[in-house]
Amino acid sequence: MFASLYAVVVFLAVLTLLAWPLGKYLARLADPAPLDGSLGTLERGVLRAIGAAPGEDMPWPRYAALLVAFNALGVLAVYAVQRLQGHLPWNPQGLGAVAPDTAFNTAVSFVTNTDWQGYAGESTLSYGTQMIALTVQNFLSAATGLAVAFALMRGFARRGAAGIGNFWSDLARGTLFVLLPLSVLLATVFIQQGAVQTLAGYLDVTTLEHGHQHLALGPVASQEAIKMLGTNGGGFFNANSAHPFENPTALTNFLQMIAILVAPAALCFAFGRGVRDPRQGWALFAAMTVLFLAMAAVALWAEQRGGHALAALGVDQAVGPLQPGGNMEGKEARFGTIASALFATVTTAASCGAVNAMHDSFTPLGGLVPMWLIQLGEVAFGGVGAGLYGMLVFAIMAVFVAGLMIGRTPEYVGKKIEAFEMKMTAIVILVTPALALVGSAVAVATSAGRAGIANPGAHGFSEILYAFSSAANNNGSAFAGLSANTPFYNVALAIAMWFGRFAFIVPVLAIAGSLARKPRTDPTAGTLPTHGPLFVVLLIGTVVLVGALTYVPALALGPVVEELQWRGGAP
Amino acid sequence: MRLSMSKAVRPVLVAFLLLGGVTGVAYPLLVTGIGAMVFPAQSGGSLVTRDGAIVGSSLLAQSFAAPGHFWSRPSATTPQPYDPTASGGSNLGATNPLLLDVVRARVEALRAADPANTAPVPIDLVTASGSGLDPEESPAAALYQVPRVAAARHLDPQSVRALVLAHVHAPGAWPFGEPRVNVLLLNLALDRLVGEKGAQ
Repeated sequence: MFASLYAVVVFLAVLTLLAWPLGKYLARLADPAPLDGSLGTLERGVLRAIGAAPGEDMPWPRYAALLVAFNALGVLAVYAVQRLQGHLPWNPQGLGAVAPDTAFNTAVSFVTNTDWQGYAGESTLSYGTQMIALTVQNFLSAATGLAVAFALMRGFARRGAAGIGNFWSDLARGTLFVLLPLSVLLATVFIQQGAVQTLAGYLDVTTLEHGHQHLALGPVASQEAIKMLGTNGGGFFNANSAHPFENPTALTNFLQMIAILVAPAALCFAFGRGVRDPRQGWALFAAMTVLFLAMAAVALWAEQRGGHALAALGVDQAVGPLQPGGNMEGKEARFGTIASALFATVTTAASCGAVNAMHDSFTPLGGLVPMWLIQLGEVAFGGVGAGLYGMLVFAIMAVFVAGLMIGRTPEYVGKKIEAFEMKMTAIVILVTPALALVGSAVAVATSAGRAGIANPGAHGFSEILYAFSSAANNNGSAFAGLSANTPFYNVALAIAMWFGRFAFIVPVLAIAGSLARKPRTDPTAGTLPTHGPLFVVLLIGTVVLVGALTYVPALALGPVVEELQWRGGAP
Repeated sequence: MRLSMSKAVRPVLVAFLLLGGVTGVAYPLLVTGIGAMVFPAQSGGSLVTRDGAIVGSSLLAQSFAAPGHFWSRPSATTPQPYDPTASGGSNLGATNPLLLDVVRARVEALRAADPANTAPVPIDLVTASGSGLDPEESPAAALYQVPRVAAARHLDPQSVRALVLAHVHAPGAWPFGEPRVNVLLLNLALDRLVGEKGAQ
């Protein structure tokens, strides 16, 4: 109990301390004014090379069209590299072309910042593919999310403006001035701690008891750093951050969790500065922290419990100074249950999806936490950019609900929320649940869908529900027992990922464009303040209510019924 | 029309190639260079040698089945356990009867190797790790095996116990991470201890 509390408090304290200065920096980058010094020179050089008109302020349809075109090109490139990897450099194992359906799924997955792993990295992808296809998208998909968040922030900050910013400038700034330097730093620390980073081929060794082991290596640390900072989550190896070469120590594990949430948390503060009212940023940060804490508490408690059936076998599951105890199936000794449950909460509070323990083997309630966090839309800090713009959509929804109750036109940070914004908000809030629930229903109803199930009973349904929730919300973690590397799942999940990403982003950019055109009104006595505790409660209530109304019936069929069976002594 | 098409496509293409080159080639090569120059041992896989031969990585579990070695945590990699080219967990759910079966078999194997030991078995010693390559186990899991290892090696259990405790990596005040023992390094130290005893 004390250890869990200590871990959570230290984690949030360090996160806040790092997010504050990063937020200041991000707010500066979101401001389209030219940058000073060498960064300004570098940016001008990049924009000139691209052939983009410097200082062009793009209306939202143009911004959205370039963004979607750029990401569509990314899908083509990642697909092509996987299909051609046998002819490309950095392939010491001589791995051949990836199967078309797997390659398609992986291409969509990495471009949409989902990073669902339909493949096992060490046996499927060459070093070159990991670098020039996946690492690239780890950067670019995160920079895309950051660009959308910047655009929406400017929508709130501007008055009477025709445009929402310059996509090329946002993309270059996010990639080169935020993600790249942080990644070099973090990757270096990971290597010092034991993460591998080499282009040499796999190594044959004779073990102590004269067995043979084939050690898979690779340029892991460089991919690991951006996998976290960009809330991507696709592991170099199949076991992801449970693998000791990806996440070798308790310190790297802590840094990975910080790296997942630092940019999303910083964006709250950047938003506050951008709209010239830091209290607005703190209100969002407070709502996210409360949601995060509540879910972390359940996961930490749930995973430190032992099961009746194992106790009957003479297994010691007690939490103590010499052993982690609790539920250790699918978990690593260096992390135990606390750092595993906290990691699961962090990775699904964000749209990261990296795992340092197998969620499929969590206790039923312990597994419900990551699943529901994903279904809530990953707004407890959320993905890079995606967390902020997702939460701002919920904020619009919250002021709309409040406006209905008090009979006034809703306003948020000085902008009137009218019919167009609400239509776009409705699309955004409905699109991911529709993809997740309809996808799950189709999978359960078809033999191709049911064929993937690994665990019997209610848990098998949970595997499918988790998969489609994860894909539609661009998380990428899994109840990984599900055999999802089949044509059915590769195609169905790719559809969910693509529309879960871009049928969300385009309406958000439309909201940004509409808001940018409006004047900013000064608050009056009748305006609902959106920086106080009342609004924080209203915002949390909106997120939880939408998530509960949408998903509780499905959750009752999966983890809830399984929890009751497990407590009753099953299996 | 053709002109405007190429005008629209060119920035998308150039931006992709430029940013892709920086992040997909320059960045990983830079980090590889830093690793090779500053941390060559870690970036190469933290390899462990004995008498000049590489016997594994201190970060990857290997199979130990002899009663005179400490055993690693179970591995669910398929088809072979402890396969670094097929990392992963069992993904067995908490209510899956199969989980109960495999844990029961592991408990029985431990009991069969040391029938006199009736202590409850530490949970991490009978559950598969997430990676299937967990190089460590809890101090409780190592201490549970002390009587078996000591008997097989004809050593005083107290000296084996002391060896285990000397290999415990404790996180101290740091709130993250569990106390743990690296199984490969512990077994290497055990072999050395036996070698010294044999030489005397």
